[in-house]
Amino acid sequence: MKRLRVTAARALRLTVVRHGLAALAGLALVLVVSAVLPSYRNFQLAELSYLVCATAGLTFLAGPGGQISVGQGAFMAIGAYTTALVINHQHWNLAAALLSALVVAACVGLLLGLATARLRGLYLATLTLALAVALPALVNVRGLSGILEGSNGLSVLASPPPAVLGADFSTPRWQAWVTGFCAVVTLWFLANLGRSRYGRSMRAARDDEAAAALSGVNVARVRLLAFVVAAACGGLGGGLLAWVTSLASPGAFSLNLSFGLLAAAILGGLGSLAGAVWGSLLLVVVSSVTSDLSSGSRLPIDVANNLPGAVYGVVLIVVMMTFPGGLHQGYRWISSRIPALVRRSRPPGDGAGRGSGR
Amino acid sequence: MVRFLNLTLAGITDGMIFATIALALVMIFRATRVINFAQGAMMMLTTFVGWTVQDRTGSYWLALGCALAAGLVLGTLVERVFIRPVENGPELNAAVVALGLIVLINALASMIWGSTPRAYPVPFSLRGYSVGGVRLLLSPNDLFTIGMVAFTMTALVLLFRRTALGLRMRAGAYSPELARLLGVRVGATLTIGWALAGLIGALAGVLIAPVVFLGPDQFDTVLVYGFTAAIIGGLESPVGSVVGGLLLGCTLSYVSGYAGSEVTSLGACAVLLVALMARPSGLFGPATGRRV
Repeated sequence: MKRLRVTAARALRLTVVRHGLAALAGLALVLVVSAVLPSYRNFQLAELSYLVCATAGLTFLAGPGGQISVGQGAFMAIGAYTTALVINHQHWNLAAALLSALVVAACVGLLLGLATARLRGLYLATLTLALAVALPALVNVRGLSGILEGSNGLSVLASPPPAVLGADFSTPRWQAWVTGFCAVVTLWFLANLGRSRYGRSMRAARDDEAAAALSGVNVARVRLLAFVVAAACGGLGGGLLAWVTSLASPGAFSLNLSFGLLAAAILGGLGSLAGAVWGSLLLVVVSSVTSDLSSGSRLPIDVANNLPGAVYGVVLIVVMMTFPGGLHQGYRWISSRIPALVRRSRPPGDGAGRGSGR
Repeated sequence: MVRFLNLTLAGITDGMIFATIALALVMIFRATRVINFAQGAMMMLTTFVGWTVQDRTGSYWLALGCALAAGLVLGTLVERVFIRPVENGPELNAAVVALGLIVLINALASMIWGSTPRAYPVPFSLRGYSVGGVRLLLSPNDLFTIGMVAFTMTALVLLFRRTALGLRMRAGAYSPELARLLGVRVGATLTIGWALAGLIGALAGVLIAPVVFLGPDQFDTVLVYGFTAAIIGGLESPVGSVVGGLLLGCTLSYVSGYAGSEVTSLGACAVLLVALMARPSGLFGPATGRRV
C-alpha cells in the first residue's frame, strides 16, 4: 500500500502525468457541464471553448514568448475561411478541416514571423494590429470576392452529430464537445510545450536575449516558434468559430474581436494558461449576463442594446485596477488567504499547537 | 500626371490628419509609456460634443471650440481617473484599461447618439481649385485642414522647446525621479500631457469627421492609420509622426487611386512592414542598441 502511494507521488511529480490528469479532468468537466446545460448554454460553452483556443495562443506568445500580438483575430479569420472553403468545396470531414485551418494559419504565421523577426514590443503589436484590419478587407478585393463572397461571408455546411450518439443528441451539445475537446488539447499541448526544452529556451530568450544566445539558444528560432504556435492556435479557434456559427464573414473578425482576445489574455494573467480560461470566461459570461438583463428590461432600445458593452468596459477597467496581476493571480491570492481566514475565524483554543506553521 | 499630382495632394491632406493622431499618441507615449488605444474613442466622443453644439447653435467655430475644450477635459479625466491607478502595475495593464475605455465610450456614445453614422459639416468649400483649366484635388477646406495641423505642430514644438512648462514635461518624461528631485511636479506634467493629447485628438476628430462620417466605430480605421504613422515615425519623435503620417497618407492615396479602395488597408500594412523591415524601430526611433 505504502509502495503504491510512493509510486503515485513520484508519478505525480512527472509533468506529463500531471498535465495528462489535468487534461482528463478538463475533458470530464466538458462532458458533465455540457450534459447539465440547456441547448443555448451549450452554444455558449462552444463559444467559450473556441475563444480559449485563440486566447491561450496569445497567452503563450506573451508568457514564455514575451511578444505581444494585437492581431489574433486575423489568424482566426484565416482559420475560419480555410475551414469554410475546405468543408464547402472539398467536402473534407471536420477533423481534416480544422487541421487544415491550423496548418494554414501556422504557415501565414511563419511567413509573417520571418518578416518581422527583428521587431520587438509595440512595433510588432502595431504590425499585427494593421494586419487585423487589413486581412478581413481582403474579401472585397476583385478576384477574391467571388470565392470569398465579399462582406456577406461564406456559410459553412452544417455537420450533424454522429449517428452513434442517438437521434435526439442536440447539435449545440455536440459542438460543445468538439470545441471543448479542442480547447483542452490546445491547453494540454501549450502547457507541455511551455515546460519543454523549447519553453525554457523561450523564457531564457525573453528575459535576456544576449545571455540566452551565449548559452546556445537560437533566439530567432524560438521567437519564431512562439509566434507560429500562437498563429496556429488562432487558426484552430477561427476554424471552430466558423463551424459553430456556420459562417465565416469579415464582420466576425472586427478589431473588437482582436482587442477582446488581447484583453482576455491580459485580464486572465499573462503567462498562465489558466488565465486564458478565466479571461475568456469573463468575456463570455459578462456579455451573456448583461444581454439577458438588458433584453428583459424596459430601457429604451439604444440603451438596452449597448448596456452589455458599457458593463463589459467597466468590468475590464475595474478588474485591472483590482487585480493588477490578472484574474488568475487574484484567484491564487484569494485561495491562499482562505485557510488563514478560516483559521482566524475559529475560536481560540481550538486547533492550538497547529498555529506554529505561520 | 495630373492624376498623380491629385493623388499626392489628397494624400497630403489625409496624411496631415494621420500625423495629428500620431502626434497625440506620441505625446502620451513619451510621457507615460502608455500606448493609448482609446485615442479613437476619445476623439469620437469629443467630435460628438462638437456635433451636438453645431446642431443646436449652427456655428462651426463654436462647435470646434467646444470639441477642443472637451478634448482637454476628457484627456485630464482619463489620465487622473483611469490611467493613474494602474500606472505602477505591469505595462500592459494600462493598455487593457484603454481597451475597456474604448468599449465603454463606444457603448455610451451609442446610447446617447445612436449608432447610425452622421454627416459632419465643413467650414469651407470642398470644390477644388482649378489651375489652367485643370481641377486639382485641393480645396479651401483641405488648405484649412493642413493649416490647422501645421499650426498645432508649430505650437507644440514651441511649447516643448521654448517654454518652462515644455522643459518640465520633457524632464518628467526623460527621468521622472530626477525631475521630481529637482522640483518638477511630474504628476501634474503627465496630466497636462494627456490633456494636450486629448486636445490634439479632438482636433483630428473634427477634421476627419466630414470624410469618414461620425459614428461610434467610424474612427477605428483612422485610428489604426494613426498608430501606423506613429510607429513608422518611431513612436518617440513628433517629427517622425509627421513624416510617418505624410508617407502613409500619400501611399494610401496612390494605393486606393491606382489599385482600388478595397486594398487600402493592405497598403497600410505593407508600408508598415517595409518601413519596419528597413528600420525595426521606426524611421526616427531610438537606435536599437540592446544592453548586454
